[in-house]
Amino acid sequence: MTASTTLDSVDSESHDQAAGQGPLTKDGIPLKRSLARALRREKLRALLLIAPLLAFVLVSFIFPIGDMLYRSVENSIVEKTIPGTVRALNDWDSESGELPSERVFAALADDMMLAQEIKIHTRLGSRINYDQPGISSVFRKSGRQIKKLEREAAMNAFIGLNADWNTPEAWATLTASEQWPAQFRYTAISLDNWKAWLASEEGDDADPAALVPHGFTYATLYHDLSNMSASDLSALATSSDAPVAALFAGVPDALASFPSDDFKGQFAAIEKGWTEIDNWQAIKRLSPPIIDSYFLAAVDSERTDVGVEKKPENERLYLGLFLRTIFLSMVITTSCILLGYPIAYLLATLSVRSSNLILILVLLPFWTSLLVRTSAWKVLLQQQGVINDLLVWVGFISEAGRLVMINNMTGTIIAMTHILLPFMILPLYSVMKTISPTYMRAAKSMGASDTLAFWRIYFPNTVAGIGAGSILVFILSIGYYITPELVGGTKGVFISNRIAYHISSSLNWGLAAALGSILLVLVLALYWTYDRIVGIDNVKLG
Amino acid sequence: MKFTAGLAGVFALSTVAMVATAAEELPACEDCADELTIVSWGGAYSNSQLQAYHNPYSEITGVEIVNDESSAEAVAKLRAMNEANNVTWDVVDVVAADAMRLCDEGLAMEINADEQLAAAPDGTPASEDFGDLLVSDCFIPQIVYSTTMGYRTDVEAWNGAVPTDICAVFDTATFPGKRSLEKRPINNVEWALLCDGVAKEDVYDVLSTDEGVTQALAKLDTIRDDVIWWSAGAETPQLLADSEALMGSTYNGRLFSVIVEQEQPVAMLWDAQVFDLDGWIIPTGLDEARTNRALHYIKFATDTQRLADQSKYISYGPARASSAPLVGKHAELGIDMAPHMPTDPKNAMNTFLYNYEWWADNRDDLDAKFQTWLAQ
Repeated sequence: MTASTTLDSVDSESHDQAAGQGPLTKDGIPLKRSLARALRREKLRALLLIAPLLAFVLVSFIFPIGDMLYRSVENSIVEKTIPGTVRALNDWDSESGELPSERVFAALADDMMLAQEIKIHTRLGSRINYDQPGISSVFRKSGRQIKKLEREAAMNAFIGLNADWNTPEAWATLTASEQWPAQFRYTAISLDNWKAWLASEEGDDADPAALVPHGFTYATLYHDLSNMSASDLSALATSSDAPVAALFAGVPDALASFPSDDFKGQFAAIEKGWTEIDNWQAIKRLSPPIIDSYFLAAVDSERTDVGVEKKPENERLYLGLFLRTIFLSMVITTSCILLGYPIAYLLATLSVRSSNLILILVLLPFWTSLLVRTSAWKVLLQQQGVINDLLVWVGFISEAGRLVMINNMTGTIIAMTHILLPFMILPLYSVMKTISPTYMRAAKSMGASDTLAFWRIYFPNTVAGIGAGSILVFILSIGYYITPELVGGTKGVFISNRIAYHISSSLNWGLAAALGSILLVLVLALYWTYDRIVGIDNVKLG
Repeated sequence: MKFTAGLAGVFALSTVAMVATAAEELPACEDCADELTIVSWGGAYSNSQLQAYHNPYSEITGVEIVNDESSAEAVAKLRAMNEANNVTWDVVDVVAADAMRLCDEGLAMEINADEQLAAAPDGTPASEDFGDLLVSDCFIPQIVYSTTMGYRTDVEAWNGAVPTDICAVFDTATFPGKRSLEKRPINNVEWALLCDGVAKEDVYDVLSTDEGVTQALAKLDTIRDDVIWWSAGAETPQLLADSEALMGSTYNGRLFSVIVEQEQPVAMLWDAQVFDLDGWIIPTGLDEARTNRALHYIKFATDTQRLADQSKYISYGPARASSAPLVGKHAELGIDMAPHMPTDPKNAMNTFLYNYEWWADNRDDLDAKFQTWLAQ
């Protein structure tokens, strides 16, 4: 009875299923599921096939672009190189008109000691120099002198109070106390600095647990203690932790009479740049790990202590270059359309034999080195060049009136139009090729003139090709750099020339990244506009 | 290249003699790599190094030297290599300003001249032999070159006037026609100030002020329509040869080849030539064997004889004082090289000293102002 009921229910269930899922395949699996499985397999196979390309694009394109975008705001170098100084500067009011306190200078001495040991102080100097010209030599010169700084005053005062301060055990006691590191934040940084310095100076053999730190750390300890509230101080001296209490006994009373290491005076003697408030303001301004200063510089602005301001007129460079780049790229794209359209038309309408010849002529420059083509234009266009010679010989211009066609915008436009022309002709040609000649014949048979038939029938059919060619040419030209550099003189160079300068010459990669990011956003914005106006679906490459 | 088979024969003879003496002096390299990648500028300059340094060194030590011609992008590439933790270069030829930047960035190692370089034949320590030319702790200079002016000698419009000093560049009334100048502020702003009445020793003090920069650019403004700006050292020689420019600045070795090797109607205007240095650095981040090899090579390649040998192939002055008397004849043309050296007393009557420290501080700032001025 039970068995038969079960059987029944199973039967009805499978029946229901079959009814819900439609037909079954031969081996009893519902067709839908089988189909889905087959499709999934298909997709997986397709994914596997494109996997190498995907990985390649990811590694060589997406990742570098991400890295570039990040570099344009990344600025951890200041915090990493002078961590104590950056923290100590938080308490300094940059508008007070006064130099930072002795505590900041003590932190600077401490940070610089390690930085020059591992040779990163000059790198920081070059970084800040981008925003504060002149500071790189301040860092370079200070690095050489830093070892000579007198730094024993605070140390000797501690030892004078309690000789135990000259033992590694004192530091073990301090770092094991409950107030460490919360109340000794700068000392903690300093101790880490010292350990890193020791490892670099002495190699791995040196054991920091068996040594006392250098004077800078004692000076920092003094400053940490001086900045504590009276109650915190006395809590240390009367700590229930007996060794801690022993170390700090007498310290609260003696602190006020501690001699100063006078790092401020010592730094001033090394390099007067440390006494200039602008330099300190720049360091403080540039201390955040993420920063907009590169982007501001890329749009000819800077952050001063009163906020974001336009740079002085004689330093505004980039906005003009961006505008010029876009303007010239548009001119180049337009001239490519004007010159390429008739050629593409010829290619599409002539007999295969003659069109092949033209196609070879179009492609031939493609196979020639870019530099050779650009240099050839120099020979042609220069004032003592072929074209001018010819014009003088024919008598169109006088010897004195030779035309200036290179080392200016004209040169850039001519050379770039020539170089990018194939990118316009080829998409145009492949679109024109698909337009049936019967359209034109039909239009004419209905009484349209040649011009009318062309504008109403033929031209609208080629818009997709113009769109594709224009996008190709425009995007290529907006990022071009070698041709403008060689034939552009001063008025025909692009923003990419400055990006190249900052990458390879000034090493200001952050600014180069910011300029590049802006260029990327500009291109995307123009692409989006194009999509809204013309529609990207209308773009046809063939 | 210009160096023919005949030259190779002459050279082979001289190498044999040279190798014999050098091999005795050169101690073996302990714990050293067997391969050396050397980066330089390419062209005639690399060739002079190949003849004077690389070939003799390979012959003595059997080390294979790989040449890379990337010096123009050396600073950027070294930084990228350093970030990727994969430095593939052992010895890199750079100009002094780049060496300072590499040193600043921690990308070049410090080299102690007296401990790690050969002394002069008379025992003078290397630091004294190089003297003031050791402008950076990481940099061993090889040559002194200068950026100077060349002019065409056949210009009718000049009515027989001959440029005698640097201010001819700014004198478009006497010397009409195009001049070519480098598309960067360095050298140009100094010349502009010199020709605007600023004393040589005050140039950098004046340039440190905003008014000084304005003054220099205003002076350059008086000739802006007559200037073709170049960015590659080969451009001025080409422009002069084509009469596209009638005078122009470039490196003295380039002008040497235009005048002496190609026999163009061009002459040198040595006045206010700006001395600069080119030399070696060793990148940081090499393993010990490679560092040892690089140091071993540099000790050999920067000794007194080797530096003098290089001047047989190119008209740049050796950076060691002790090499100067050994400068001989051009290996191919057989002419005396000494009169073509920028350091020759006759040529060096009025020279301008490039201030590395100042430019390291102000280069980016002034470049922005200069480029803005250019774009106006």
